[in-house]
Amino acid sequence: MSNNPEKNLLEEYSQKLTFPLIALFIALFAGGLLIAWLGENPFNAFLHLFKGAFGKLSNFGETLVYVSPLILTGLSVALSFRCGLFNIGAEGQYIMGMMGAAWVGSIFTGLPAWIHIPLTMGAGVLAGFVWAAIPGFFKARYGAHEVISTIMMNYIALHFTGYLVNYVLMAPGGYLPATRVISSSAKLTRLIPPSRANTGIFFALASLILVYIFLWKTKWGFEIRAVGLNSEAARYAGINVTKNIILAMALSGSLAGLAGALQVQGIQYRFNDLFGFTGYGFDGIAVALLGNNHPAGILLSAFLFGSLNCGALQMQSVAGVPKDLIGIMQSVIVFFISADYLLRKKLERPFSIDMEEDSPGKEVQSNGTGLSH
Amino acid sequence: MKSQFLLEMQGISKGFPGVQANKDINFNLRRGEVHALLGENGAGKTTLMKILFGLYKPDAGEIMLNGNQIEISSPEEAIRKGIGMVHQHFMLIPPFTVLENIILGAEPRKSLGRLDKRKAVEKINKLSQQLGLKVDLGAKIENVTVGMQQRVEILKALYREAEILILDEPTSVLTPQEADELGGILRELAASGKGIVFITHKLKEVMKFADRITVIRGGKVVDTVNSSETNMEKLAEMMVGRKVFLQMEKAPVKPGKVILETKDLEVLDNRNLQTVKDVNLQVRAGEILAIAGVDGNGQSELIEALTGLRPVANGQILIEGEEIKYADPRSILESGVGHIPEDRQKRGLILDFSIQENIILELYRTPGFCHKGFIKTDKCRGYAEELIEEFDIRTPGPGIFASSLSGGNQQKVVIAREIRREPKLLIVAQPTRGLDVGAIEFVHKQLIRQRDLGKAILLFSLELDEILSLADRIAVIYEGEIVAILPREEATEEELGLMMTGGLSGRKGGVVNE
Repeated sequence: MSNNPEKNLLEEYSQKLTFPLIALFIALFAGGLLIAWLGENPFNAFLHLFKGAFGKLSNFGETLVYVSPLILTGLSVALSFRCGLFNIGAEGQYIMGMMGAAWVGSIFTGLPAWIHIPLTMGAGVLAGFVWAAIPGFFKARYGAHEVISTIMMNYIALHFTGYLVNYVLMAPGGYLPATRVISSSAKLTRLIPPSRANTGIFFALASLILVYIFLWKTKWGFEIRAVGLNSEAARYAGINVTKNIILAMALSGSLAGLAGALQVQGIQYRFNDLFGFTGYGFDGIAVALLGNNHPAGILLSAFLFGSLNCGALQMQSVAGVPKDLIGIMQSVIVFFISADYLLRKKLERPFSIDMEEDSPGKEVQSNGTGLSH
Repeated sequence: MKSQFLLEMQGISKGFPGVQANKDINFNLRRGEVHALLGENGAGKTTLMKILFGLYKPDAGEIMLNGNQIEISSPEEAIRKGIGMVHQHFMLIPPFTVLENIILGAEPRKSLGRLDKRKAVEKINKLSQQLGLKVDLGAKIENVTVGMQQRVEILKALYREAEILILDEPTSVLTPQEADELGGILRELAASGKGIVFITHKLKEVMKFADRITVIRGGKVVDTVNSSETNMEKLAEMMVGRKVFLQMEKAPVKPGKVILETKDLEVLDNRNLQTVKDVNLQVRAGEILAIAGVDGNGQSELIEALTGLRPVANGQILIEGEEIKYADPRSILESGVGHIPEDRQKRGLILDFSIQENIILELYRTPGFCHKGFIKTDKCRGYAEELIEEFDIRTPGPGIFASSLSGGNQQKVVIAREIRREPKLLIVAQPTRGLDVGAIEFVHKQLIRQRDLGKAILLFSLELDEILSLADRIAVIYEGEIVAILPREEATEEELGLMMTGGLSGRKGGVVNE
């Protein structure tokens, strides 16, 4: 019996970690098999994968470069998901965030950094906010499915920024389709040269904490979660569902937009024509999924994905294993996590018959095993 | 050896982690009888029948069919041995026709594996004529009434030549009329030599339909009795283990000022059809006004309009004389209205929220529980613990998910939340649906207490018993109109039943207010 809720919580967390860890090991194993099949030594490859991510301080710095945007896009997807929405559009919001920051970062010169840095970030956040609020509005007002509309918004963002960077905002006198370099007053400080790690990671980590507080400690977060779990009951309790859907989408977009701004301010210093999607927004879906849509989980999964991506470069150059292998391993992880959702549903309901009216095991189910009948 | 019983279950035990669902249960079924399995939610009735239907394997005990010991390891095997089960939630495929659903998995075939529809139709027609089970074979399941869906389920079992028919809470989804009809069908089936097991927690039906009754409490058989030799009070006591008051005792009504008033209220439904027409009601402080009616006569739309969930097409709603215009649910809640919705799992609760979060679902935004946007978690926890104590909500703690509570305790959470906000008006819909006797008694007591405290209560119920035992005045709704309003003392079940189905023109405008 669950007489001690606190102890249960601990059990619950360890249980939540079990499946992702199993998925990770299966992915490593499958990756190892593939490497062996390619004729390379898997242990050597993994050694260089690890070294590439953590071997030296500067490697760790480069890992952080990958981790920061993943934390934010992961949070973005998770926040919308907590409101029952599936924001596939983090990618587009990220792109718009980059563009917004590149523009505001370059049009002003001579501003003090303590104004210009937040201003530039704010521009990225605002761009993401607006870009996500549009599908949010259509969802709330007309029921347009956010999955479809955010995918569309991704393409619009990609081509719209492509247009801007080729015709409107192209750096003068240049041959490259890229905006001007932002003023140094908008740039973030590099932390571990020669790596590109910068103070952006602190903003990403702070966002983790802020999102946690927002969702679980404030009345606005309470409303968003209520709408996400049961919009009907939320409406009955006097919660404005329409408002919360738009708000959750817009905030979700803000986080992705912030990711884009940090990328420009800390890494690229300008907006380069993309030619294709960056992938950070889409990886955010996997990060959120693996992290169970919880900030703590997102921190761990963003680190995992980030270090795999970063280490892959060295694995490719030194051990000669193509870095695309990492993509395969990430896919395996996502695959097993999704399978876990199905599996757990199956465990909770071994029979297709609903026995809510007469379930002796009901009272003890809260121990989380879900196996009591 | 020919046994006098069609079916015997002896010494059946079944445990789940942490709970013994069935303990040494003996149960038998005669040919030609309707045998009710009576018990509260969680007593172990369904577990026992799932063992019989091959869904669970018993830890101990034996099952004998016609005197021969058998093992049932799967539902397929149970069906082959002539055992059919009609589940509480129907197992039908909505876009398929009635015929297709009945024969699904047992299709008669012609040469080359072609479906022999004619043979199937013949067989079903014969069955349905013999037993008065009227169905429309060509209609799609999604377009037929719940009552007919249930007849389809019964025919499905009979089509597979069931000798024993198990029905799990068959009346929980039916209107009173449909329930009576089902009773007739069960009697007919029994008369044709089948054995019927009828799982329920409703005393009245047991007395009406069953020949014998086995009462189960806490996984053990209390007794098996003939329905002719017992009564509802005795059965309730056996079921709950203490004396239960089926009839509520109420102090005489002392109506105060008018709290809720509607004037020529008109409401449209989702298809923009006028579903509530010219409703004029007054609910006074200290009285319970009950709206009686068959499901789907505009009750839901009326409730939604009163609680701000649906716009008012025409007319007025006044609370304490003040018109509620363009109101949203929040402002109505805050003007002193409590709402206990019809479907606690869909509308009353957020099942994946903790009890604590559900309890503050309407209060999280108020100054007592929220400061500058931050929720005061300690206050919330303390408040939740208070209510858990006061309303005797059985839970290990306020942090437990609402989904892990029993139906009765879930309803207690909703009631506690609404009552403790001290509303002037309580709008209560189907407050005891799916609850067992003990929980019903609790809910009724709470409502009467609120009435005695001077609250105005507007009660919507499909159960006439509930209306008759709680109401001070009764309004009958039929096709969206209030066809009669009468004091409780002047109402009889028969008259109400007739008015509910449009049979009596009623006494509209007669005795509106004392």
